[in-house]
Amino acid sequence: MIVLENISKEFNSKNGKVKAVNNVNIHVKKGEIHGVIGYSGAGKSTLIRCVNLLERPTEGKVYINGVETTSLPLPKLREARNKIGMIFQGFNLLKTATVYDNIAIPLKLLGYNKAEVQNRAEKYLEIVGLSDKQKSYPNQLSGGQKQRVAIARALAQEPEILLSDEATSALDPETTDSILDLLLKINKDLGITILLITHEMNVIQKICDHVYVMENGHVVEQNNAIQLFTKPTHPTTKKFLSTISQRNLSPTLISQLHVTGAVTRLTFVGESTGQPLLAEVSQRFNVKPNILTANIIELKNGIVGNIVIHLIGEKDQVNAALQFLEESGVGVENLEGQS
Amino acid sequence: MSRLDTFINQWLPIIGKSVIETFQMVGISLFFSVLIGIPLGILIVLTRPGQALANKFLYQTSNLLINILRSIPFIILLFFILPFTKIIVGTTIGVKGVIVPLVIYTAPYIARLMESALLEVENGVIEAYTAMGIKTRSIIWHVLLREARPSIILGLTISTVSLIGATAMAGMVGAGGLGDLAYRFGHLRYEVDVMYATVFILIILVQSIQSIGNRLAAKLKKD
Repeated sequence: MIVLENISKEFNSKNGKVKAVNNVNIHVKKGEIHGVIGYSGAGKSTLIRCVNLLERPTEGKVYINGVETTSLPLPKLREARNKIGMIFQGFNLLKTATVYDNIAIPLKLLGYNKAEVQNRAEKYLEIVGLSDKQKSYPNQLSGGQKQRVAIARALAQEPEILLSDEATSALDPETTDSILDLLLKINKDLGITILLITHEMNVIQKICDHVYVMENGHVVEQNNAIQLFTKPTHPTTKKFLSTISQRNLSPTLISQLHVTGAVTRLTFVGESTGQPLLAEVSQRFNVKPNILTANIIELKNGIVGNIVIHLIGEKDQVNAALQFLEESGVGVENLEGQS
Repeated sequence: MSRLDTFINQWLPIIGKSVIETFQMVGISLFFSVLIGIPLGILIVLTRPGQALANKFLYQTSNLLINILRSIPFIILLFFILPFTKIIVGTTIGVKGVIVPLVIYTAPYIARLMESALLEVENGVIEAYTAMGIKTRSIIWHVLLREARPSIILGLTISTVSLIGATAMAGMVGAGGLGDLAYRFGHLRYEVDVMYATVFILIILVQSIQSIGNRLAAKLKKD
């Protein structure tokens, strides 16, 4: 659906050329939700703007539905853009127009007849739950409601793709959740493919099938969401993961605990739960597992459990226990203390 | 009471004529100034670097032209462009003769006010419409100008008021008007009553224009 091939984007700044996006490849299949996460300045905003060519990549090609849009003449590009909706952090609504007109005006400008405009405006306001606000002006709405209007505006073009540029970053956590639910709903019910960028891990956690971690213009790690949450490899990914679960114990504490046994993070995917396994471990081997931290992360396509245990016992018994756990399909990661 | 009666009998026709002349000068020159100023304002916004129709040459030329015209005080402009006025309208005196300098004085002013009004419109909204695949022409009309309407109205209000001020000097070329009346009768002939009456009418005039402008802008703003 969306293919970005070796995309690079250079900007001229006072200090010479800056490569905001560096050789990035992205492939979003129809009906999936992909997320790009990174800190500000990582180049993710530039990247998503390359998809509908609001920003022209200096190198690389963009394919939408198999058509290379990077080489299209302007009128054809406009047609291609009709199939791509976009929502923004700042909502970008017309302040001087009612909610209804905010959806109707673009449709009129795109040449739809009066009946169709009214039909679509009412239909999509209904979908985003704002039918009763048709006559309000954006300034009379809350941030979440404004974003719903923006989503309705994007949907009214009946796009195949929705791009979300930090759409929830200006919203409070509760409103963020409701907007994410709405995105999930339109993905499921209308089959719209979504590419989003964010700096919030909970956005990725809640709705993404596939994740790209971006830093300094590069994609430093990418994987499907479950794999990324269970087996992160890049330090930046781990840092992002630590924002939603208390993954980090202090190195001093870990060093102290290492004296009497191993400190290990166990990761469970899906239905397997930790408790019975730990009980079994303590029966089979001469070890006592002590749970230090534990949490469960609900992803779009599954559940990931994290337990950090202190496994107290003799070294050979501990190692045997860890091997048993690994063989039972549990992710085992030894935590190092101070060196 | 009889003094007021005599004043009205004596001066009302003259004052009335002056008011009409002022309205004529303001009305006609505002019409042409808007016709030139608004497109010029749009031009310097759209041709600025990074905008939809970025064009360095056009931008800098129109910018320079506006600055030059805005540097000349109206009283000097009035005489400076006499030959040009003669070519355009065939005369340099009367209401007709003063329209050309008034337009040349006001149009660049309106262009600058339009520029700042249009620059207030968030770039994000324009970007959102570009992303939807909407033509630049439609974006100018339905996004840029629409969103800037409240500021445009306020800008036009300011230009109208300053235009009224400029017409006061039009008496220099025999175009009449309220300013001319206050100068000739109020000052030169020391008819204090006429001076007061003129000032009073001007205050009412400017007040009403500003109030109408403010109310219209507030109504369009929807805040």
